[in-house]
Amino acid sequence: MLSRTADHLYWMARYIERAENMARVLEVTYRMSLVPNAAQSEAALWQPPVLIAGDVAAFARDYGEYHAANVLRYMALDARNPSSIVSALGNARENARAVRVAMSSEMWENVNSLWLELQSRLESGVKETDLSEFCDWVKSRSHLFRGVTFGTMLRDDAYRFVRLGTFVERADNTARLLDVKYHLLLPSGEEVGGAVDYYEWSSLLRSVSSFEAYQKVFRDTIEPWKVAELLVLRDDMPRSLHACFDEVTPILEQLCDDRGWECLRQAGEIHARLHYGRMEDIFQGGLHEFLQDFLQDNIALGEQIQRTFLNAPTH
Amino acid sequence: MTKQISHPFDEMHGTGPGVRAVYGPLSNWLGDASYSLLKKKSREAELLFRRVGITFNVYGEDAGAERLIPFDLIPRILSSGEWQHLARGAVQRVRALNAFLNDLYHGQEIIRAGIVPATTLTNEMYRPEMQGVDVPGGVYAHIAGIDLVRTGENQFYVLEDNLRTPSGVSYMLEDRKMMMRLFPELFRRYSVAPVEHYPQVLLNNLRAVAQPGIVDPTVVVLTPGAYNSAFFEHAFLAQQMGVELVEGQDLFVKDNAVFMRTTDGPKRVDVIYRRIDDDFLDPLAFRADSMLGVPGLVSVYRNGGVTLANAVGTGVADDKAIYTYVPDMIRFYLAEEPILANVPTWKLSVEDDRRYVLDHLEELVVKEVQGSGGYGMLVGPTASRQQIAEFRERLLANPDNYIAQPTLALSTCPTLVEQGVAPRHVDLRPFVLSGKTVTLVPGALCRVALREGSLVVNSSQGGGTKDTWVLNEGAPC
Repeated sequence: MLSRTADHLYWMARYIERAENMARVLEVTYRMSLVPNAAQSEAALWQPPVLIAGDVAAFARDYGEYHAANVLRYMALDARNPSSIVSALGNARENARAVRVAMSSEMWENVNSLWLELQSRLESGVKETDLSEFCDWVKSRSHLFRGVTFGTMLRDDAYRFVRLGTFVERADNTARLLDVKYHLLLPSGEEVGGAVDYYEWSSLLRSVSSFEAYQKVFRDTIEPWKVAELLVLRDDMPRSLHACFDEVTPILEQLCDDRGWECLRQAGEIHARLHYGRMEDIFQGGLHEFLQDFLQDNIALGEQIQRTFLNAPTH
Repeated sequence: MTKQISHPFDEMHGTGPGVRAVYGPLSNWLGDASYSLLKKKSREAELLFRRVGITFNVYGEDAGAERLIPFDLIPRILSSGEWQHLARGAVQRVRALNAFLNDLYHGQEIIRAGIVPATTLTNEMYRPEMQGVDVPGGVYAHIAGIDLVRTGENQFYVLEDNLRTPSGVSYMLEDRKMMMRLFPELFRRYSVAPVEHYPQVLLNNLRAVAQPGIVDPTVVVLTPGAYNSAFFEHAFLAQQMGVELVEGQDLFVKDNAVFMRTTDGPKRVDVIYRRIDDDFLDPLAFRADSMLGVPGLVSVYRNGGVTLANAVGTGVADDKAIYTYVPDMIRFYLAEEPILANVPTWKLSVEDDRRYVLDHLEELVVKEVQGSGGYGMLVGPTASRQQIAEFRERLLANPDNYIAQPTLALSTCPTLVEQGVAPRHVDLRPFVLSGKTVTLVPGALCRVALREGSLVVNSSQGGGTKDTWVLNEGAPC
């Protein structure tokens, strides 16, 4: 297939996944803000969404204070913020429009109607009190997108690039979320089990749809290292890093000929770390360090994919 | 100030109060349908078109603004006999035009015979780069849109030939799909000839004009990109044919061949259905500032390394000044009498014609020789005195640039408007495909001028579209 087509498909999927993940973060933060919690200031609560994906300096310049209304506007609705939900969905639609013929017509109509509905929502205005509903809507549209992709798209390379985009992006988002939250929730040296814990950790789990899964897997009170284990190493947890690379690696195997060997090698290396890694070793080296390394390697893999397939050279 | 053309022929009623036979069942059905039902269906259609993204960008408006071409849900109907006549005439015309282009770029017999003036060679749409170049099958205009208008029961005229990159065929197909979805019951009352196979016929034709010796030719559609006004159509046709939709940046030239950049490395391209104007095809051959084209493409093309459809240089044959010679071309190349008539045309470059036109501006339609899209034209009978005065200045400044025609009373067709169902002027553009044979599917783009009394049907001027039904032979209606 055309390199440009693959590029648009891959990025379309990445942007939709990105919008979904930001919606998850905002929704959970909003929910937490409704739980009385003297231990945490409103600013401390609303900063993580900006730390995860935004531009802290731009936020300080354009908005100033961290509170629900500001962060909602910046991370959900501000078209000037390239990481906002609105920007991500707009980019997804622009990518889709350029290659509408490369996907099933139901997929295109799905992305297009998502965008049209977004326009009418923006016209009627999204208020702070609409936040949960808005985020739910973004999530369900993303579910719908994956569903229509899975249910209607020919299993060819076009399909593989869509899926590849989804999982490379999801791995990035899960790692960032975990890193920021872990960092904030567990200042170094502090013992776990305090007052903040239950709501904080359970909300982190909810943001990646893993609360029920945690209960099922561990049947225990929520503990930080188990949360980390669930989101890093468990391969049966669909938003974990391991699960993402269980998807990424075989897709690359199918896509690659000899030119793609470097992509495959990089993905395989990351995959092996997640597949054979042990949580105690990760904690020994520091979860933050582990996640930072992971993020960098995942970005490097993304760049390698870009070089190999998407901006294909002419020779 | 809008003046109206008096008593045009109406597709449903003819010239009297009765209903023409082919419209009988539709007229009955319309009589039963309430205005609110039609409005509801119309809104439903708009919603569907938006969701599918069948949109159009109008030049000069804010970039990226997407508009729908209004869709009118009352179809235009042609009997089998009417269609046979139009189809034969359109095929004849395209055969002659292809013969003309082949001749013009080779021996120029028609100029030597004194039928077409030698000044044709100084027309800016004549491409000297094409002189002596052989194109597969001698086909230049692979896709031609012939604009037809009707003024009476048996009076059809060819208004113009579109031989460069005629657009609108996606509306022929999408309007049909929409009608079948909205009014399945009407398709039980009428036996309507199908048009859905158009993309397949197009693909077969494109494959047939690959350079000789290529066994399984790779066809692509070349688009200027997602911001082009007709992008939807480019994408639609590529998808329906199952070929790649490429932009200039996806193609490159190497070793006298054209390749596309794919995830599996370079892949050879044999036939390019290009929806980019000549000027932008290749910055090395034509406009150096073109970002849309492919450097070196024209040189490969001239050396027979790739086929372009339509060929480079077809514009010289659909120029409005050349138009007047088409009936003579038909006689010259085919030794046949033209089946479809031209509209009588005055050339402002000819002194007698110019005098006549300047004296009769308020009766005539004046057009730019290379104009399209309904821009830069004067419709005398509906123009204000001031508009006429302004246009006179422009004519005098550059007379060679204009032709004039009598204002034809274009036929009207019942159309759903704010006040209910009312007659609006329509035209018809069938698409003629040339490959090994010259064919067309039984259907056309029907454009309708939605403003009361307006004769300008172009979508860029607020025109809409209608489904066109060609009835099967021997069908009850």
